[in-house]
Amino acid sequence: MSDVFWWVIFPYATLVIMVLGLLYRFAYRQLSWTAPSTEFFEKKWLRIGSPLFHVGIIAAFFGHIMGIVIPMDFYHAIGVSDDLYHFGAFYGGLTAGLMAVAGLIILLIRKIVYNPVRVHASFSDYYSVIALLIISGIGVYMMLFQNDTAQEFDYRTSIGPWFRSLFALNPQYQLMTGIPFLFKLHTLLGFGLFASIPFTSLVHFYSVPVHYPVRAPQQYRSRSQYRKKSM
Amino acid sequence: MKIKAQVAMVMHLDKCIGCHTCSVTCKNTWTNRPGTEYMWFNNVETRPGTGYPKRWEDTERFKGGWTLKNGKLQLKAGGPISKLLNIFYNPDMATMDDYYEPWTYNYDNLIHSPKSENLPVARPQSVITGEYIDKPEWGSNWDDDLAGGTETVSQDPTVEKLQEHISLEYEKTFMMYLPRICEHCLNPSCVASCPSGALYKRDEDGIVLVDQEACRGWRFCMSGCPYHKVYYNWNSHKAEKCNFCYPRTEAGMPTICSETCVGRIRYIGVVLYDADKVKEAASVEDPQDLYESQLSVFQDPFDPEVIEEARKAGINDEWIEGAQNSPIYKMAMQWKIALPLHPEYRTLPMVWYVPPLSPIMNHITNEDDLDTDGYIPAVDQMRIPVEYLASILAADDTKLMRKVLLKLTAMRVHMRGKTVGGIDEFRQSELLKEADTTPEELEDMARLLGVAKYNERFVIPTGRREMDDDLYYEQGACSLEDLAPPEGMASLAGGNR
Repeated sequence: MSDVFWWVIFPYATLVIMVLGLLYRFAYRQLSWTAPSTEFFEKKWLRIGSPLFHVGIIAAFFGHIMGIVIPMDFYHAIGVSDDLYHFGAFYGGLTAGLMAVAGLIILLIRKIVYNPVRVHASFSDYYSVIALLIISGIGVYMMLFQNDTAQEFDYRTSIGPWFRSLFALNPQYQLMTGIPFLFKLHTLLGFGLFASIPFTSLVHFYSVPVHYPVRAPQQYRSRSQYRKKSM
Repeated sequence: MKIKAQVAMVMHLDKCIGCHTCSVTCKNTWTNRPGTEYMWFNNVETRPGTGYPKRWEDTERFKGGWTLKNGKLQLKAGGPISKLLNIFYNPDMATMDDYYEPWTYNYDNLIHSPKSENLPVARPQSVITGEYIDKPEWGSNWDDDLAGGTETVSQDPTVEKLQEHISLEYEKTFMMYLPRICEHCLNPSCVASCPSGALYKRDEDGIVLVDQEACRGWRFCMSGCPYHKVYYNWNSHKAEKCNFCYPRTEAGMPTICSETCVGRIRYIGVVLYDADKVKEAASVEDPQDLYESQLSVFQDPFDPEVIEEARKAGINDEWIEGAQNSPIYKMAMQWKIALPLHPEYRTLPMVWYVPPLSPIMNHITNEDDLDTDGYIPAVDQMRIPVEYLASILAADDTKLMRKVLLKLTAMRVHMRGKTVGGIDEFRQSELLKEADTTPEELEDMARLLGVAKYNERFVIPTGRREMDDDLYYEQGACSLEDLAPPEGMASLAGGNR
């Protein structure tokens, strides 16, 4: 029964909270929807920490898509052997994970040590950094000590199909019962983080300005329709 | 042709006394909230000096404005792709050190300190961290009236450029005031720098605004504006800037900085311009041609063809009439005595300046027996070097600056002659010829620059109420946006208000 809770109810609940929370924040709290930069106060450490963390976490994001969302059969079909996949996943994933962890540690220390930044850091700022640090730290640990050379376990036959089954609305929770504890923890904490996105500064993840390169450089808006409308 | 209307400002620097009333009233109106303490939508700089923020004119460091690359107009800091790559850290952004750490004083101590032998003091206290600051070291006008001396003057990027011409001995030094607000450019680089598209230029009046809901705090506008007039609110994590007091101008009133200007140096009016020509005008090869090319964008509000096109673009007769009576059109476009600030940034700025003359003329001692044409060499040996003014207002075009100064000198000589005699001599003079003007024009200039009343200095048509959503419903409602409840069901974002 607890399996049903953790691998069916919990993930769905967190995703629902995330979606509803995002809609709520977009509709009623957009004034606070921002990437809360402290570059104005401190620049030297941010220059190292911020790109390191962001590039690492984005690489890790795509790594998760490659490992969890894209089925194993796809790799076999295009002729990527399991050895080749794991080789790439190990070194790519480890690099990304270490970058993210190193960046987060720099950002956290900067937040604590540098006065103007600390004074204006809120609970949610600390929460975001520490939660991300724990989750990516577990990820890096798993990479190093529980990869398939150390232990006979392939998430592409368990976590991957389970994750995809969530979106097929046919959750295969049985797949998750036998996996190592740290993998379970990493997954659950990840879903917990999703639920908190709308209520923290992590929300800026959803405002990647992808339309910027294609929009007109100059924007005109009419006074009577001052809500966003580009011409 | 796509005619748009633009509200614009001219400041007559000769009349600026550097009292900072504009800055103070602006601050009290717009930036007296947490997070905005260091923001001066309006500030007054003493030149030569570092300006605010420190060395904002150093475009090599901050990379603001536009540049020409292979004949194509580009953001100096790089286009959208390079911005997206640098989005986690903006290398060009100024920090609090370039502005200053805002502070208040511990006034409470003055009232509540226990009885003691010595007078209680109010210690300066940072409004950022709450800690005491033992020695405040910089502020928005710290080097006011050259109080920074040689130390700050030598940090002026313009002085650096013209080093050999600037003399700093007390007897020979010079000084002028430069009040600055947002330029509300025709080709704003802040707007083009915004990844979220939150900054925009208003269709009706050209005022550049930040949509506070759409802003995501990426901060590229801060460094993208070469005038450094977009500020980052560390409290709300969003950008804020001068909004040309749009709630006032919509009601036909001048901006608060203009309204309260003690020297009455500011003029506000409407100009019509062709939006289709803007990009081309900003892309001319030689920076010294930018002044002329910007002038070519503006349209004659008396030309029937222009009036027709303006009407087609939805500009009503009140605005066309406003453009015809615009003091800006007279000073900047007809008489050509006002110049844009740093045209070489290619943003086509819309706050223009009549260069200062007074300290120049002060050094003429023999005015009583000076021949009219004797003023011509005086213009070339002014106390404020022509090169310095040209570097700020004319992309180093000293010929253009000299012409403007000659015209202003001619006005002065002519008006003097009207009182003390010598008009006939003036009509024949080289000065009138070189200044390329007529006594009639000079008298019009003297009236607008010297005696014009409120209604002549500020010709501001009211906002076009016919465009508002539902005037009948809003009748009697609170004028503050969003306070009036929407009619019927509460609507979600994006819905009709």
